[in-house]
Amino acid sequence: MFNDKTSKFLLVAGLLLILGGAFAPNWIVNQFMFGFSRALAILGLMVLWRTGLVSFGHAFYFGLGAYAVAILDIKLGVTDVFLRLIAGALVAGTAGFLVGFIMRNYRNIFFAMLNTAISMVLFGIVVKTEALGSTDGFAISMSTILGVSPETKYPLFVIITLVGMVAAILVNYYLKTTFGKLTTAIRDNEIRVEYLGFSVAHAIHLKYSISAILAGGAGALMAMSLGQVDPESMINWTVSGELVFITILSGPGNVIAPFIGSLVFEVLRTYAFELAPQAWQLIMGATFLTIIFFIPGGIWSVLEKIGGKKNDK
Amino acid sequence: MISNPPILQVRDLVKKFGAVVAANDINVDISKGEIVGIIGANGAGKTCFVNMVTGYLPPTAGSIKFEGEELVGLETRKITHAGISRSFQVSQVFHSMTVGENLMIALAIANNRALDALSLMDTPELRSKLDNVLNRYKLNAQKDTTVSALAQGVRKLLDIAMAVVSKPRILLLDEPTSGISVEEKFDFMDIVMGALKEDGVTVLFVEHDMEIVARYVSRVLAFYQGEIIADMPPKKALADKKVQEFVIGKEHHKKKK
Ligand SMILES: Nc1ncnc2c1ncn2[C@@H]1O[C@H](COP(=O)(O)OP(=O)(O)OP(=O)(O)O)[C@@H](O)[C@H]1O
Ligand SMILES: [Mg+2]
Repeated sequence: MFNDKTSKFLLVAGLLLILGGAFAPNWIVNQFMFGFSRALAILGLMVLWRTGLVSFGHAFYFGLGAYAVAILDIKLGVTDVFLRLIAGALVAGTAGFLVGFIMRNYRNIFFAMLNTAISMVLFGIVVKTEALGSTDGFAISMSTILGVSPETKYPLFVIITLVGMVAAILVNYYLKTTFGKLTTAIRDNEIRVEYLGFSVAHAIHLKYSISAILAGGAGALMAMSLGQVDPESMINWTVSGELVFITILSGPGNVIAPFIGSLVFEVLRTYAFELAPQAWQLIMGATFLTIIFFIPGGIWSVLEKIGGKKNDK
Repeated sequence: MISNPPILQVRDLVKKFGAVVAANDINVDISKGEIVGIIGANGAGKTCFVNMVTGYLPPTAGSIKFEGEELVGLETRKITHAGISRSFQVSQVFHSMTVGENLMIALAIANNRALDALSLMDTPELRSKLDNVLNRYKLNAQKDTTVSALAQGVRKLLDIAMAVVSKPRILLLDEPTSGISVEEKFDFMDIVMGALKEDGVTVLFVEHDMEIVARYVSRVLAFYQGEIIADMPPKKALADKKVQEFVIGKEHHKKKK
């Protein structure tokens, strides 16, 4: 069931990274934490993209996950890393399941922008509500692990890496089930899928809910990594744009791709900002154009070419 | 034949698109195992009839019963589950996938419709079923070819093969031979009808080519402006005056243009 190349690679790579992280300097560990947190959301967007759907509003779920952590911290003093993660995924997943009843009826630009619309509503509500931290947001207390407060961020890095690994293996499995195979099929021809006896609406609803759970988990992990939440960096439409950017940068070829793509994005943004604080968007934009024109299959397609024809997808 | 209850029973079926009447009070019974040819000029309402039987278009009025159960109001996928399937005038397949992948998906859906869909698709059991279908529809050589690179005729075969993997009891084929060269038509229909007869499927197929009609069907329904103007064996139908005037005549006329 999980003995394919991709799952084995994830397992080995995950464990190696955890080992390596123990010796790596702080700033590198940080980059990996941010990158892998975000990668969880990209995993979900990849499932949607393979189905032919692009959401320009998944900051809605990302933000819900992050704010679930913050509110639980402030109101109830919940600090456990697992409770926080589960809460973020659950809140976003529930919202995604409910919103999914609407989204499953829309495609293309309508699907993309309807998602933007709900994320903008949430952004507006948070910004206008003092109790939700308004534009300043909240600082979040350090996460504890089963009652223990860690001295460094390394334990959180270990957990984020493990969560990413398990999520990638599960999504990889999902993509090989009958439900999961109905991604490209739905993108290609919905009429045929219905005539074969399968509800396209149900399939899309499930995919959408999965993507919401993953984005919520990503937001929760990001909130814990950063130690703070605010609407600008968690819910704003630019966050949704970043998520789409990384999805395309990564490529839809394999569940490993979102992790590589997210890391590249972190590094790219950090260096672009250092190189040209006034014009870092220019560097990002140029990168984006290069990808779309020259490597539409994303980073993964390049790795695939280098590695020769291999890897069961 | 008369003692058999009909497998498909259509009563007072009407479909209007504004002023256009695509089905004008259609009444017809189909018996189990019949091979029925549906003929008619362009716009006579043939595809519309197929669409209504398979739940793709809601009728304006009337009833369609399959083995005694009402189909009107059911979604297409529920009608597939009930045991009716179809092919399309323009093949509806997954164009970015290979022939093998197309059929695997069709087989997987046909074989597990419930939450079973969360189990792996690629199983040895399904693979052997795939080989079986590839053999019967002579698609072996094209198994790993992407649909967009296929010849029209092969695409049509795939379209039909995908429709039958759910083991329907009624199959509706909408112009199976359109876009296929004259030389290949009979070979194509031999493959299809051979496979279907083995399973005892009741077949209704829309066809413009009267040679194909004469050769494969036991009964002809001639459509004209949303009505069935003739319902008789093929020899009689092709000699019928009304059919010649409203169906075949127009066909020849159209071809000359
Ligand atoms: N969705 C629709 N909206 C409006 N009118 C339609 C629609 N579908 C079919 N019609 C009309 O209904 C009539 C019957 O169309 P239908 O497609 O059933 O013809 P047909 O017999 O299959 O013709 P052909 O041989 O060209 O395929 C035509 O006049 C057509 O223009
Ligand atoms: Mg037609």
